[in-house]
Amino acid sequence: MSGKLKVHVDQDKCQGHARCKALAPELFDLDEFGNAHEAGDGTVPAGLEDKAWLAKSNCPEMAIDVTEA
Amino acid sequence: MSDPARAIPDSAPAKADHPPVTDWVHDFDHTDPQWTEDPFPIWETLRTASPVIHTDRFLGCYMPTTYEAVKEIAYDTEHFSSRRVIVRDVRPEIVNTAPPITSDPPEHKPAKQLLLPPFTPDAMKRLEPRVRAICNELIDEFIAEGQCDAAARYTKHIPVRAIAHMLGIPEKDSDLFIKWIHEILELGIKDDATMMRAVQEMTGYFHGHIEERKQNPTDDLITTMMNARDRNGQPLSDGHVLGSLRLLLIAGIDTTWSAIGASLWHLAKTPSDRDRLIAEPELMPTAIEELLRAYAPVTMAREVMKDTVISGCPVKSGNMVLLSFPAANRDPAVFPDADKVVLDRKENRHVAFGLGIHRCVGSNLARMEMTVAIEEWLKRIPDFRLDPAGKVAWSEGTVRGPRQLPVLFGKSA
Repeated sequence: MSGKLKVHVDQDKCQGHARCKALAPELFDLDEFGNAHEAGDGTVPAGLEDKAWLAKSNCPEMAIDVTEA
Repeated sequence: MSDPARAIPDSAPAKADHPPVTDWVHDFDHTDPQWTEDPFPIWETLRTASPVIHTDRFLGCYMPTTYEAVKEIAYDTEHFSSRRVIVRDVRPEIVNTAPPITSDPPEHKPAKQLLLPPFTPDAMKRLEPRVRAICNELIDEFIAEGQCDAAARYTKHIPVRAIAHMLGIPEKDSDLFIKWIHEILELGIKDDATMMRAVQEMTGYFHGHIEERKQNPTDDLITTMMNARDRNGQPLSDGHVLGSLRLLLIAGIDTTWSAIGASLWHLAKTPSDRDRLIAEPELMPTAIEELLRAYAPVTMAREVMKDTVISGCPVKSGNMVLLSFPAANRDPAVFPDADKVVLDRKENRHVAFGLGIHRCVGSNLARMEMTVAIEEWLKRIPDFRLDPAGKVAWSEGTVRGPRQLPVLFGKSA
């Protein structure tokens, strides 16, 4: 993995399964309805790259994008 | 199918017998004893035959057999309505709704948003100590006996007491709730009169609790619902509150009872998985997801409102759809070794709690209850197995889980 990663939650797709929050609590936050959004601007701190991919691959709604910043 | 006589229980048709299924692809029936006992090979046959199959039973019903076809239907609220969420022999006029599960857009979202805040993961953390205590109170009652029916004495009581605690109704009324749910979700598929009577009794029960709170407001989910406002700032009608309370009770009990029971059943017959969970407790969250995938209890339904095409198969209005999330979870196109329980499965987009706007509102509650129930059981009863002298019995129809689960433990194991 060369560049830094960024995560993003598509608000139209997220249905609040909260799998990302369980798997990568550092990278995602939940609102009062339990729907997820990326923490801060979505930048993935060094060392948490695997968690970003894990969150993406466990989202039933395919709502999470992981991109190279 | 609208029939005014239906309101009078005694005049409704008696429970219908279904002939045994001989051709699963063209005549499926999810109430057939073979399906109840072991549906997995049946689903494999159906999936191989076609992504969507049809039966003339239940006044006409489709079933998507692949993950992809289930997903297409779950996301398509234009052609598929949630106004009926159980596939039954009859389709009486809709009188008792249970928003938001029976709601379609645009009514669905505001009704759902009222229920979401009390069920977030953080809210569940606050409830967790009570659930842990409930589990231990139950185990205390039978641990000295060296054997028990784990469905009747453990898994059955955990979700009902937890939801009663949240709603603010007496935990001691649990047996009553369990009776209504059995009548609505199992007997109700074939016996409309029994279902209607159970719904009426349940409505009367909650009506009493609402009236009490009008005099003396309390700090519970019933009061929260009574104080909620719709999108126009108006209080919800008593009918809406009653419908949502019925939903929480119906949906929150035998679903999780089934999931906990199926998990214990798996662990009772799979010592290697049991030992691994005890040796690696950090595996629990991943393992719970895998158990949810493999033994997802809930099959929902939709009603086809307009003709369309799903995975290349024509689907005609007027039919029901058996929306089997459990079958989607066994699709080998999405899950390698789909019929094997792999406790550390890394990629797991299972759909045990549904997909799209109707994602189960109680999914965080169910996950917490399952985790706590399995953790507390393993702490106190690490060594257990199925009782070879007993018989495991599974529930029929909409929600699948063990209703009888005889196990031996301690010196007996």
